[in-house]
Amino acid sequence: MATNTQIPVADRRVPVIAPGHTFSTITEKIANIVLTRPVSLGWILGFLIVFGMLNMLAGVLGYLFLKGVGIWGINIPVGWGFAIINFVWWIGIGHAGTLISAILALLRQTWRNSINRFAEAMTLFAVMCAGTFPLAHMGRPWLFYWMFPYPNTMRYWPNFRSPLVWDVFAVSTYFTISLVFWFVGLIPDFATMRDRAEKPFVRGIFGLLAMGWRGSARHWHRYETAYLLLAGLATPLVLSVHTVVSFDFAVGIVPGWHTTIFPPYFVAGAIYSGFAMVLCLAIPIRAIYGLKDFITERHLEISAKVMLATGLIVAYGYGMEAFMGWYSGNQFDSFLLWNRLHGPYKFSYAALLACNIFIPQVLWLKKFRVSTGWLWLISFVVLVGMWLERFIIIVVSLSRDFVNSSWGMYYPTKWDWMTFGGTIGLFLTGMWLFLRVLPSISIFEMRTLLPEAEVHEAAEVKQ
Amino acid sequence: MSIRATDFSECGPVYGLMAEFDSAQELVTAAHKTHEEGYRKIDAYSPFPIEGLAEAIGFHKNRVSLVVLIGGLIGGLSAYALQYWVAVITYPVNIGGRPYHSWPSFIIVTFELTILFGGISSAIGMIALNGLPLPYHPVFNVPEFTKATENKFFLVVESSDPQYDSARTRSFLNGLSPRMIAEVPS
Repeated sequence: MATNTQIPVADRRVPVIAPGHTFSTITEKIANIVLTRPVSLGWILGFLIVFGMLNMLAGVLGYLFLKGVGIWGINIPVGWGFAIINFVWWIGIGHAGTLISAILALLRQTWRNSINRFAEAMTLFAVMCAGTFPLAHMGRPWLFYWMFPYPNTMRYWPNFRSPLVWDVFAVSTYFTISLVFWFVGLIPDFATMRDRAEKPFVRGIFGLLAMGWRGSARHWHRYETAYLLLAGLATPLVLSVHTVVSFDFAVGIVPGWHTTIFPPYFVAGAIYSGFAMVLCLAIPIRAIYGLKDFITERHLEISAKVMLATGLIVAYGYGMEAFMGWYSGNQFDSFLLWNRLHGPYKFSYAALLACNIFIPQVLWLKKFRVSTGWLWLISFVVLVGMWLERFIIIVVSLSRDFVNSSWGMYYPTKWDWMTFGGTIGLFLTGMWLFLRVLPSISIFEMRTLLPEAEVHEAAEVKQ
Repeated sequence: MSIRATDFSECGPVYGLMAEFDSAQELVTAAHKTHEEGYRKIDAYSPFPIEGLAEAIGFHKNRVSLVVLIGGLIGGLSAYALQYWVAVITYPVNIGGRPYHSWPSFIIVTFELTILFGGISSAIGMIALNGLPLPYHPVFNVPEFTKATENKFFLVVESSDPQYDSARTRSFLNGLSPRMIAEVPS
């Protein structure tokens, strides 16, 4: 019987899973959050708040459908406003989940095993929030299905040369594949929950979801192939989604939009804000649910480094935009730069540079990467900064384009803010429920991190 | 090591014999030996994927990747065909004098649908080839088997194996020093 549960730490870094754990303790610790942990007063109070925010979303959307998009601050020239700012922001946040679950799986970064499940859940809820905005922005959202190609009595078809149609396909594929990936990852854990559940009702639900999974070697063989292929398919997908979102802008001729740097700069920005959101969620979750053994300092530090790296790519993007404003010699491009620095929205550009470029540089110091308080604060600052980036791209560019006579200021109304707050409620309600009803860390993948899970070739019998 | 001689023979037909092991290493070794002994209708159960276990019971290739390839091709080809049909044949619209068959614009949707169909076929293909959903399976009749999704490892020799013989197979499995052996009622 294998009793040696000490994990040999080859180097002096903090391990990805604290020493002393066995297959049983991992299973117990993660599954019991769902199965036996009583519902705390704090959870209920928090849920009431976030659920209240979700209801606010329902309320403001109801009012929007009644009155039309005129209740928002959008006008001509700024027709996109908060709806598209928040759409791009939320979609970007989702990207970290797929990066962690797919790209890091392909790169065999096993530390991801303890954060991929809840990062994928975060992706799903973030994409739901993102999807709300273009739907609400449509004006007649009940006709949303006109975006899809289907035979209809109008004998009309979508224009496949339009980036907005590409976006429909990119975002709906992204949501579907993220959901499939998440569900496939959950199947073996559903079986664990089924076998541990005491209450017949709970066992029944998990039993249905597990579909009779029994851990057969043949099943695992196919499972691993399917999981690897899904990761391989999701990897180009995640890179393509924000690329396509950036095409919505880059294909247009508005100054500040019509640039080839947008796709990589958007993808890097997405991962930047996504990891910031992962940290903003992981830091409180690991403390409240006692998961510090599984989400260790190492995870926080690596995430901080990813933020630092992607933040530098974003900074390069800003630098290149400014450089091209000068180097192109184009009067509209150079005016855009001047307008960002000195125009009516100059405070947002200053705040953007502070939030996205200057403040995160403290992550070069290990002290800030391992201090949960500082890290949480910096992540929050990055989330604000990335939101400001989308505000500047959309509002500053649209409000002052080529002809002075068509200039116009944009001010968000209270309905804009309440819709944004409402989607935060949708996101947090989803996370709140997810933590209590599903294993928030992938149990079977955590088991494979233990040294007992390794099988040595030498022990194999020669054929 | 304790051997529990559960006898379900009076309950009806028997699905096979199940041996329980404590570690992944023991299970792989046992699976190798059982396969070498000539047993073919065998299966191994573990709480996480173990490298080399499927090969040890003689399962080398699965067809999931073929399903994904076919799914992805169908997705990509049908997406391109749809766009061509819409933009060139049924609803040609002159936009800025661009050719109707402006293939660079069609790449994105083709790409997305390749991924969509490939991804969905990998999940459905895996589940279907595994014979899931399967509400009932004899191995669940053994009470200890609930640990197969936690920390225990199981090897089952099915009674449909031509070499299967209740007594001989039991003594063979016994020689692999399992934690316990149980008869699996079907």
